[in-house]
Amino acid sequence: MINTMECAVDAQSLISISLRKIHNSRTQRGGIKLHKNLLVSYVLRNARQVYMNEKYAEIYRMQQYEEVMTVCNEIQELNPLDLVEDCEEQTGDCCGSANESASLCGALLPVSHQAPAVQHLQPSSACSVPLALQSEEVCKAPEPSFYRSCCAEAYPVSNCDFSPVNNMHCNKTTVLDLDTHVVTTVENGYLHQDCCASLQQCCQGAQSPAKKRKLDFGYYVSEIEEVPDFTPCKRAKFEDSSYASTEPLDTSNISNLISIFGSGFTGLVSRQADLEQALNGQFCSKQALASLGAWTRAIVAF
Amino acid sequence: MMAGVGGGNDFQWCFSQVKGAIDEDVAEADIISTVEFNYSGELLATGDKGGRVVIFQREQESKNRQVSRGEYNVYSTFQSHEPEFDYLKSLEIEEKINKIRWLPQQNAAHFLLSANDKTIKLWKISERDKRAEGYNLKDEDGRLRDPFRITTLRVPVLMPMDLMVEASPRRIFANAHTYHINSISVNSDYETYLSADDLRINLWHLEITDRSFNIVDIKPANMEELTEVITAAECHPHQCNVFVYSSSKGTIRLCDMRAAALCDRHSKFFEEPEDPSSRSFFSEIISSISDVKFSHSGRYMMTRDYLSVKVWDLNMENRPVETYQVHEYLRSKLCSLYENDCIFDKFECCWNGSDSAIMTGSYNNFFRMFDRNTRRDITLEASRENSKPRAMLKPRKVCTGGKRKKDEISVDSLDFNKKILHTAWHPKENVIAVAATNNLYIFQDKMN
Repeated sequence: MINTMECAVDAQSLISISLRKIHNSRTQRGGIKLHKNLLVSYVLRNARQVYMNEKYAEIYRMQQYEEVMTVCNEIQELNPLDLVEDCEEQTGDCCGSANESASLCGALLPVSHQAPAVQHLQPSSACSVPLALQSEEVCKAPEPSFYRSCCAEAYPVSNCDFSPVNNMHCNKTTVLDLDTHVVTTVENGYLHQDCCASLQQCCQGAQSPAKKRKLDFGYYVSEIEEVPDFTPCKRAKFEDSSYASTEPLDTSNISNLISIFGSGFTGLVSRQADLEQALNGQFCSKQALASLGAWTRAIVAF
Repeated sequence: MMAGVGGGNDFQWCFSQVKGAIDEDVAEADIISTVEFNYSGELLATGDKGGRVVIFQREQESKNRQVSRGEYNVYSTFQSHEPEFDYLKSLEIEEKINKIRWLPQQNAAHFLLSANDKTIKLWKISERDKRAEGYNLKDEDGRLRDPFRITTLRVPVLMPMDLMVEASPRRIFANAHTYHINSISVNSDYETYLSADDLRINLWHLEITDRSFNIVDIKPANMEELTEVITAAECHPHQCNVFVYSSSKGTIRLCDMRAAALCDRHSKFFEEPEDPSSRSFFSEIISSISDVKFSHSGRYMMTRDYLSVKVWDLNMENRPVETYQVHEYLRSKLCSLYENDCIFDKFECCWNGSDSAIMTGSYNNFFRMFDRNTRRDITLEASRENSKPRAMLKPRKVCTGGKRKKDEISVDSLDFNKKILHTAWHPKENVIAVAATNNLYIFQDKMN
């Protein structure tokens, strides 16, 4: 396990910093440094791994909280007065983490911890379950084996049963071979290892036909001025619009790193939540995780 | 009592010289990017980011001054590489000199190889101290004489002139590397040399420029599967069929060119298992090897990663025989060093002539020496403040925590812009050259 306590920088900041480095490497003299960018991609992968572990832990906690509240509700129907205290206790455990994030997608944001404010005795509002989790398609508590596998492995195996789809091509990567000067578009078949969820859905708003780009300096189609800052504070402006409409270049390949992150890391996730109302929290994070896998590889693929 | 480093004797390092501008404002082109003594130690070459090569020559030892050895003075300066533009790939090629390697001297002239990211050049440095005078067809100032006015014939005579050192490119080895060249190494047969970039190693003959043999190719068929790159390569000092190359994953492969034409399959594989308890976001970065050097004996090799130097016995592949921590106090600062890009700095390392000591650089213009026999180590600083002639260098110490003692410097006070990446040790004597940004410091052992 990666020791995350070594510094105050969290995984998300590292991801942001790393992407900025990759972006800056485009404009450095002497061309893109393969060695340095490979090392940066390793940091990205490690940060992603930690991030995924934290998220799955969060999901698991939310699931437990959900179950507790369900039990609370059922018991309260029998005796509302007796069980408020129990619910409050549980709330203290669960709502703390639930209130931390208005939605699971928002949980991706480094929001300060909010103390649970349980004013009412109505469990449905006192413990404000994220909207996403109230969907009927709430995933059952993940089996411990899945949880472990997701935490332990960089690329969770496709043994989870959330979606039967296993060989979706979510992203295509455009690779320029420096030796032969051939631009090829590689169907990324690795994604099904990363994303257990339906990749078709996750790519719905984000897919654009893969086209061969003309040889251009660097491998990222987006112009520098079109790439917004990677800092989280800028994500807000992308939350409302769909991914496709914010894509400045409709000819951009989806696996284009800068075009993906041009929408902002969390903005991408929240948009997907908007698109898919039935999505549960796991789906949301899975889509982000799936994309991360493609991003990591696309970085490496020069 | 100053504890020095040496093979059994205590050395006392003293300041000898410093070359370069004193200005605080450092021009990027003046930043030294490589330092190398020649085989005899008489010449010291530096390359910089501006593509220039400066060669210093040691003056003959004067009988009057027995205590101090000869000083190094500028011998030749020339522009080795110019910035280029690859129009096909729309890439600018930096003129920065990545490596200089001397050839052994075989006649009066000196030869060296200098490499930037894409091209290697063989330079001949020769002296001219005579000039022919008394030409028939031209005047002394070079103007052509009117042939009809020549009535007598004379034989030109060689007259002494002020010493002039000329550098001329004799060979240009180009168009063989798609990726950035990180190493060149002259083979012990003195006929061939290898050049390595991120993914490939080529073998050249010094006389042939239009052809090279690719001997290592780690480029995957699908670049998405790329997991490591070549970071350094070197020929064995005695066995002309053996070379090693290090990788960004912290491994070293030894290859035998007799085994196959393409040496993708190694003969030996050196790797130390990673300590799982020290795993961090940056484990891959700090394990990447930045330099590999054979010992003069050929029995050992040394590797430098971000925090340590390791000595390997060629006969033992599963772990190094010695590990020296260069600046372990930086392990808790890796996040900051990643943000400011210092974690990508590529430090080099070098052996002394007898292989009893090793040296490598650090930050704050510190450099470190380790005595392999006594296991003592010392930290010294290259600074203008200690630049009085023959002034003894005081050992420095970094305070890692708790109360800072006098003369200690705390980790947070270190200047990470002052980094010593390139050092060189005279092949026979205790004279060292240390490159500190745009300055070259030369230190000598007092006992010399």
